[in-house]
Amino acid sequence: MKTWINIFWLGTKELRTVLSDLFVVGLIVYSFSVDVFLQATAISESVNNASIAIVDEDHSALSRSIANALYPPYFKEPELISAAEVDDAMDQDRFMFVITIPPKFEQDVRQSRQPSLQIDIDATAVTQASLGNSYIQSIVNKEVNHFVNRSDATASYPVTLVVRRAFNPNGTGMWFGAINALLNQITMLTIILTGAALLREREHGTIEHLLVMPLTSFQIALSKVWANGLIILVAFSISMWFVVESLLDVPITGSRLLLLSGTTIYLFTAAAIGIFLGTIARTMAQFALLLMMVIIPMMLLSGGLTPIESQPEIIQPVTWFLPSRHYMAFAQAVVFRGADISIVWPQLLAITGLGSVFFIASLALFRKSIATEK
Amino acid sequence: MAEQHPIARVQGVTHNYKKTLALDNITLDIPAGLMVGLLGPDGVGKSTLLGLISGARKLQQGNLEVLGGDMALTNHRNSIGPRIAYMPQGLGKNLYSELSVKENLDFFGKLFGLSHTERKTRIARLTQATGLYTFLSRPAGKLSGGMKQKLGLCCSLIHDPDLLILDEPTTGVDPLSRRQFWELIATIRNERTSMSVIVSTAYMDEAEGFDWLVAMDDGHVLDTGTPQELKTRTDSENLEAAFIRLLPKEKTANNSELIIPPYEKTEGAPAIIAKGLTRRFGDFTAVNDVSFEIQAGEIFGFLGSNGCGKTTTMKMLTGLLPVSEGEAFLFGKPVDASDLETRKRVGFMSQGFSLYGELTVKQNLMLHARLFHLTASKTTERIEALVKRFGLHNYMESHASSLPLGMRQRLSLAVAVIHEPEILILDEPTSGVDPIARDEFWGLLVELSRRDKVTIFISTHFMNEALRCDRISLMHAGKVLIYDEPQHLVEAKGAASLEEAFISYLEDAIGEVDTPEIQLDKPLVTETDSSGGLKDKTKDVKLRGFSLNRLLAYSYLETIQVIRDPVRLAFAFLGSAILLIVIAYGISLDVEDLTFAVLDMDQTPQSRQYVSNFQGSRYFIEQAELHSTDELERRLKSNNITLAIEIPPGFGRDLKKGQTPSISAWIDGANTTRASTIEGYVMGAHVQYLTHMATSLGIDASATYKVNLVSRYRYNPSFETINSIGPKTPAMLLLLFPAILMAVSISREKEIGTITNFYVTPTNRLEFLIGKQIPYIGIGMANFVILTLMVVFLLQVPLKGSLLGLSLGAFFYVCASTAFGLLVSSITKSQVAAIFATAVLSVMPSVQFSGIIQPTSTLEGAGHFIGSVWPATYYMHLSVAAFTKGLSFTDLTQDLVVLAIFGPCFVIFAAMFLKKQEA
Repeated sequence: MKTWINIFWLGTKELRTVLSDLFVVGLIVYSFSVDVFLQATAISESVNNASIAIVDEDHSALSRSIANALYPPYFKEPELISAAEVDDAMDQDRFMFVITIPPKFEQDVRQSRQPSLQIDIDATAVTQASLGNSYIQSIVNKEVNHFVNRSDATASYPVTLVVRRAFNPNGTGMWFGAINALLNQITMLTIILTGAALLREREHGTIEHLLVMPLTSFQIALSKVWANGLIILVAFSISMWFVVESLLDVPITGSRLLLLSGTTIYLFTAAAIGIFLGTIARTMAQFALLLMMVIIPMMLLSGGLTPIESQPEIIQPVTWFLPSRHYMAFAQAVVFRGADISIVWPQLLAITGLGSVFFIASLALFRKSIATEK
Repeated sequence: MAEQHPIARVQGVTHNYKKTLALDNITLDIPAGLMVGLLGPDGVGKSTLLGLISGARKLQQGNLEVLGGDMALTNHRNSIGPRIAYMPQGLGKNLYSELSVKENLDFFGKLFGLSHTERKTRIARLTQATGLYTFLSRPAGKLSGGMKQKLGLCCSLIHDPDLLILDEPTTGVDPLSRRQFWELIATIRNERTSMSVIVSTAYMDEAEGFDWLVAMDDGHVLDTGTPQELKTRTDSENLEAAFIRLLPKEKTANNSELIIPPYEKTEGAPAIIAKGLTRRFGDFTAVNDVSFEIQAGEIFGFLGSNGCGKTTTMKMLTGLLPVSEGEAFLFGKPVDASDLETRKRVGFMSQGFSLYGELTVKQNLMLHARLFHLTASKTTERIEALVKRFGLHNYMESHASSLPLGMRQRLSLAVAVIHEPEILILDEPTSGVDPIARDEFWGLLVELSRRDKVTIFISTHFMNEALRCDRISLMHAGKVLIYDEPQHLVEAKGAASLEEAFISYLEDAIGEVDTPEIQLDKPLVTETDSSGGLKDKTKDVKLRGFSLNRLLAYSYLETIQVIRDPVRLAFAFLGSAILLIVIAYGISLDVEDLTFAVLDMDQTPQSRQYVSNFQGSRYFIEQAELHSTDELERRLKSNNITLAIEIPPGFGRDLKKGQTPSISAWIDGANTTRASTIEGYVMGAHVQYLTHMATSLGIDASATYKVNLVSRYRYNPSFETINSIGPKTPAMLLLLFPAILMAVSISREKEIGTITNFYVTPTNRLEFLIGKQIPYIGIGMANFVILTLMVVFLLQVPLKGSLLGLSLGAFFYVCASTAFGLLVSSITKSQVAAIFATAVLSVMPSVQFSGIIQPTSTLEGAGHFIGSVWPATYYMHLSVAAFTKGLSFTDLTQDLVVLAIFGPCFVIFAAMFLKKQEA
């Protein structure tokens, strides 16, 4: 009982410390409002405003109608260039796609001679290249069909396929972007905040003051975890309801309570990692480097940027050790798919387990790290 | 040189720190050519005044003339800067602890434009005179307090200043070193009679030897004059008494002579026992075989200089530090870090009053009461009693950080005794506190000891406080020289005072200990010397304006510091190498191995044929069949499948009848980019099915196509992610690592105080910033080489284009990323804030807006804008162009030009925000 009272009172001190540093508070507010908003709204669609040029050597009604069919938001207004310009223009990255319409194209189509139409694609942007290519193909096919049949009716096929998207029927990219941004902020800020809180106490010597009182390292560490975690939890909730749900209009399908509980668990784990880094780093410079080494993989490999199953088989087992991977899976399931606890419990278990490992490891190193300082 | 123009003329100067008034309308003429002392406790404005005179602080209000010119004018400050030397408060505050004695001196010499030979001669002379010569290669951080101060003095004297400003140079230094320090100053002044010295001190006894004194209190000047004049005016025997009499009446109202009742020895076991305590840090022995016993109820003093092992010993007794050898006992029980019960009986007040400054007095007291689990009524009772006894009632709601030093000290003690401990361990509780507050503090200690029988173990470097202890131990260089009653120690040496006795013991010890401190028998340089000694040399014009040598001095300094921190260096290289592998392999844009399941409600050969199209694809992996729409929904929800194919009943029949049956494909749309790609795959498989069917019916499917679409994937025909991500990843790493290292480097100087060297030397902003930046550009470029080799040989992405273009781009880019670090650190005050700001401001644009996955040109709104003004965007672009597109140098020029602009812009902004003076 006394243990928990100590943890509570020590934590209130942590809260006061963080909240009295206006610079840090300002950064937290910025991260959870402006930054989330920017990230969510920046990416509306994978292929968006893609630069495109047309080499029109046909100058026919069909070639013009193809050019007219390419328009925002997927593509920019196509520019007309000459065949000689293509190589240079693509080298200079002026265009992501170049469509070359050969002479007599329209005539050949009319005479069913199957003329070739070339699409040059800058394949250094992998996702955009493949998606854009399929968009262009379907647009061209549609225009050609329309031209041939003089109607919108497509050729009748024996079987039709209806593709539906579950959980995000219109494919609004902002939904995923918003959640992804929010999760990245949590990871980064919790680790920095908690780790720095520990290092600051070590620098100011107040940690020694605590260690000579009847307090255990467990109490000191846990108080930092809950206090800093709480700050981020509040910031997360406000950002979730006001920025993500209200401002960005992202629907939350699952239970909010479940989302909050899972987030709380994740915050414990992230804070434990922060404590761990604060324990093993001896100077702020070392902490900064360790921090980068930890948060970059946590953010990039969580599955938010590239789906886990697409990652190479060597990396996949490694990501199992990243709490952010499990949390990302959990949050996606709850927010988009409306999953309940019976579905997401394995993720929650994994997050808890990893958090406990980091927490216990920090405790084991705690006193030793204080003692090695001079 | 007696009557001449005052060296400094202060008129109506007022200085504020936020709401605290440090100097209140001070008017004062400080005579030249004298040794002038500023007298008074901490926090009365001495340091502020010295900072203003030296030009380190910015004048807020009033007029200040130093060396005949107005200090508000930048031009004048720049021209007299080289004639002033300023040694800030704090042991070795302006020294670089990783650098050796010689390197430190060399650095200061370079800042003042001394040539190589000049530096060599002066360093030799100064170090010989101060006894530092034998320690030339020892890092400054490993010198004793006294030696640090001597080194600080040497650094100040290296450029032969006309005005020497020393801020509390002897605080925390052992008495022998102190005496040597003043002897040294006296020798120098004998040789250069024209040099003026302004010193501040809290030791009244030192001030007796000065020529002219300024007594200060609360931002006011109490009185000025020679020591004799002050004593006569106040009719006092010594300066301490004189000072107290100069103070306003209300302050001295309840100051009475402190009487300490004699100590009555109690029987029973000693409260504290140390047996052969030893503590080593690496190869450095901080505490060497220390033994003593402290009786219950005794006041035991620990006397010695800073860094002699007092604090380390106390930390071992409290269990904060494990002992290397020996044993310690509290209340007869061995010290055990995990023993919470013993800790409840001990109170500890650590050096520098480690209170939580952001909490109020009341909150601090409450927090500690709660942590010691006092009951509610007991808490109220204790707090009431302590507040009354310690006179804290007027400050209950003030933040601890805003309290005057004396009050903070009392609060610290109150906090340490709130749980009524039986042992009280106090580590230098009185340093920097004014004499009256110190007396009052001792009154409280005596009461605790004699009335409440608390055992008090206190460390101090004030002799008069040592005299008040029942017994003291003299400590030096990790060893206890002797311990006994103070009076006995004085008698045993036949000395006039405890200070002399201590010096005598020190001299005995130094005979044995292997640290020969000083040989002052060697005379310091003589003025007639013409070979570059301390002669009065005309101040060079070369000190003004931009100096490449000073810039390089900073670069050299930074390089040494980085090299001497191998952990940081290793991380800087290994870290980015490891991350390159993790990220380049980890980020894959190839969407494959997608799990799918079929809900086949038809179960005919036709339906199975349709499904076979998916089963054969390398993109899809089939999972157990679905049986109902409920199951479909559930398994999509649980992420068991990402794609479900639903075939309606009667599919085969309808197909045969030509009734165009419809199949549904459900895609998990949570990740929209992935969903779009899957959609493309599904459509592809569907078309393939249709073609198959047509072929089997004898129709040439290809004939139905009106056009033949030929897609050419340029630059990356194999369409592998690595060809895109491989060259882009270094862009992220070459930004984040150099930026954060750079930011920490500058903010660290701010935090530990070496930034003062930038304030008070002729260094200009660009020399400082670019000088510090160069080593990190070097680290960045070395990283670039490593990463490029890894990309080519490990990730097997060939460099098809211009290596020169790529390298030049990397150079500009690293200049930009380090300059961004400079910019952040020029705005932030602490290292924590610098890390926080660098991470928050740089990670997001680099990961999200620079085109690592989503090209910046396809972004919307503010994200697009941020991406276009962020250097990573251009370097990623250039790197991909050089690696994958294989472009030549001329084709890369556009990116190169843009990249080249970032660095200088950031540096200019940083220079604008970086202040050349403290506020």
